[in-house]
Amino acid sequence: MKLTPTTKRVAVGLLAAALPLSMAACTKGGSSSSGGAGGELTMWTHNAGNKAELAAITAIVNDYNKSQSKYKVKIQAFPQDSYNQSVVAAAASKKLPCILDIDGPNVPNWAWAGYLAPLDGLDATLSKYLPTVLGKWDNKTYSYGYYDVALVMVTRKTILDKYGIRVPTTDSPWTKDEFNAALKKIKASGDFQNPLDIATSFTGEWWPYAYSPMLQSFGGDLINRDGYKTAEGSLNGPKAVEWATWFRSLVTDGLVPLKSGADPAKDFINGKSAMLYNGTWTAVDTRKAFGKDTLFLPPPDLGTGPKIGGGSWQWGISQNCSDQAGALDYMKFAAQDKYVASVARDTNNIPATDAAAAQVKGYEKGGENEVFLDYAKKFAVLRPVTPGYPFIATEFTKTAQDILNGADPKQALDQAVKNIDANQKSNGYFQ
Amino acid sequence: MSATVTTGTEGLAHVAETAVPEQHRGGDRPHPARHALGLLLRIVLCLVFGLPLVFMVVSSFKPDLQIFDDLGSFKAFMPTGDISTANYTGVFGRVPFAQFMMNSVVITVVTVVLGIVVNSMAAFALSRIGFRGAGAVLGIILATLIVPFETLALPLLWWSNQLPFLGPDGISQGWLDTYQVQIIPFIANAFSIFLFYQYFDSIPKELDEAAKVDGAGWFRIYRSIVMPLSGPAIATVAILTFLPMWNQYLWPLMAVQTEELRPVMVGIDYFKQLNTSWGQIMAYATMITAPVLVLFVAFQRSFINSIASSGVKG
Repeated sequence: MKLTPTTKRVAVGLLAAALPLSMAACTKGGSSSSGGAGGELTMWTHNAGNKAELAAITAIVNDYNKSQSKYKVKIQAFPQDSYNQSVVAAAASKKLPCILDIDGPNVPNWAWAGYLAPLDGLDATLSKYLPTVLGKWDNKTYSYGYYDVALVMVTRKTILDKYGIRVPTTDSPWTKDEFNAALKKIKASGDFQNPLDIATSFTGEWWPYAYSPMLQSFGGDLINRDGYKTAEGSLNGPKAVEWATWFRSLVTDGLVPLKSGADPAKDFINGKSAMLYNGTWTAVDTRKAFGKDTLFLPPPDLGTGPKIGGGSWQWGISQNCSDQAGALDYMKFAAQDKYVASVARDTNNIPATDAAAAQVKGYEKGGENEVFLDYAKKFAVLRPVTPGYPFIATEFTKTAQDILNGADPKQALDQAVKNIDANQKSNGYFQ
Repeated sequence: MSATVTTGTEGLAHVAETAVPEQHRGGDRPHPARHALGLLLRIVLCLVFGLPLVFMVVSSFKPDLQIFDDLGSFKAFMPTGDISTANYTGVFGRVPFAQFMMNSVVITVVTVVLGIVVNSMAAFALSRIGFRGAGAVLGIILATLIVPFETLALPLLWWSNQLPFLGPDGISQGWLDTYQVQIIPFIANAFSIFLFYQYFDSIPKELDEAAKVDGAGWFRIYRSIVMPLSGPAIATVAILTFLPMWNQYLWPLMAVQTEELRPVMVGIDYFKQLNTSWGQIMAYATMITAPVLVLFVAFQRSFINSIASSGVKG
């Protein structure tokens, strides 16, 4: 078979196009090094898809670059979903930037792995920060964040009033029985597809972030925090089994969908769910939809008081930065209250310091968001501060999913404990 | 030449159709019920494969809340409600779409073209030159097909960071965060070599002999005889290289840090922050799928042939 003239023309055209393109391809790009050399400090952030936060960070960087002439910080933004993979790949090839942001619970692991350098000389400044926004390991501080987020039960006052359900408060949250009864009452009405949506469709860190506080509220935990050597008794003790049984019953009793929709917040706004368990990041949209009818309630007290996950995105410096002093200089500059306030304001999150909270509308005394700060201060529990946390998180996620899908709670938890203990041990307990 | 044959065949078919009496032809026709069932099956398949695309395009014009409100009814596939191009405007405000698109075009076109050249040359050497050990070399190349890319990714990343590169600015160390790291590792492809090898083997070797008698060397035989006769193989390899290159996600995620060098698929992550913008995701997906759809429609026959000849689906 011969090539037709048209095919020939296409082939020649493609080749002709490929040559200049390949030349251009090979001339463009070039390595963006880890930064630090020649006064340039490269900074990575997970905010490529979050224009508001990126703009807030860019403003700080611009202020810093204008404030002195020795260093110039250059931002490189990544999308959040793929950020961790990019960082780990860069670490493997020793191409980490000087300054980078990190999801709070990963700090011990990244510090242990040698990605991060401690933030020396910032103790006085960081003492004013919420403890949950500081990334610590081995008695050193490796990161700080501008904000925290809180987990809340979002609902509407009109819904609670309609079914005669008490509005809980920070000091008087729902008990487990009260909470179950409320959900059953809503279910019995048949008015909603889901009495409660706990966002089971979310993936990744959401599962340990959102559901391990429920376990902790029952009295269990992901691991025994005394030395972080074993999860025995914490993750498979009677309290943990009680949590797992209750967690599963939410689905079997039809109170929670086994698999939530792709966007539970939108399902709540559209009236499919009566109540939503989610983060404070939903506040803007839900308030926009329901105004003053929106309620952001504390999670129920399932035994040992309400618990919520603590720690969000934080900033640190990499160990392979060739200008640690420069990176630290930026970190000191960027830790000012006015920057904490500006980032928290632009991202609608909880400011990390009281001084900043006073500057952010809604977080002042009596402000509509003050309750979030209250929850963060009173109920937040840090995820286990051990380099083994990423493994624990993965194991917990898998186990919780198995339990929701009908696995025997005790057996599933025992297996998780076995795996977590083996991982901690095989890594020499990360000593 | 081929056009004449086609016309001739069509002409004969027409003659045969008109020459056979109606009652005889009726015997070849499927039973009406079977025909209807076949038609129904095709319609169902069209809906199964077509409706997600319709949903994607239609949703790209709707606000987020409406997309979810319409789920569970046929309205999800209809351009009803608050229709606007706001999601498209939002996409352009949120990602450097033109840059991402250009990057994907550059990476894909260069890889496809260089892949055709390099792999066909390798296959030509294995199939036509017949050097000692050619069979073993082919066996080793084919053996690499069973190794998934995920297992190679980290070693490849490490190597990419070690290799020197001779560019217009001289020699540089490390390929990470460049175009070449997204192109060069994917040029040589065992499956493409295998496809070319199979096709070259079916071309009579006598043509080589005749060309040699006329004084042609191996390169001349490759360029002037074998390649011009290998249109279907070239089309198959081009298509089978194009699709995975256009869909590259994991590798650019690992090897590229600069926004200016990212391809389109990584861009979709930009819309998946805490409050996911579903309408914008649909608009973005529509825009990055459009070139593939246009190419599919334009080269439908080649796509089908490539699947038929390679046994590769999806």
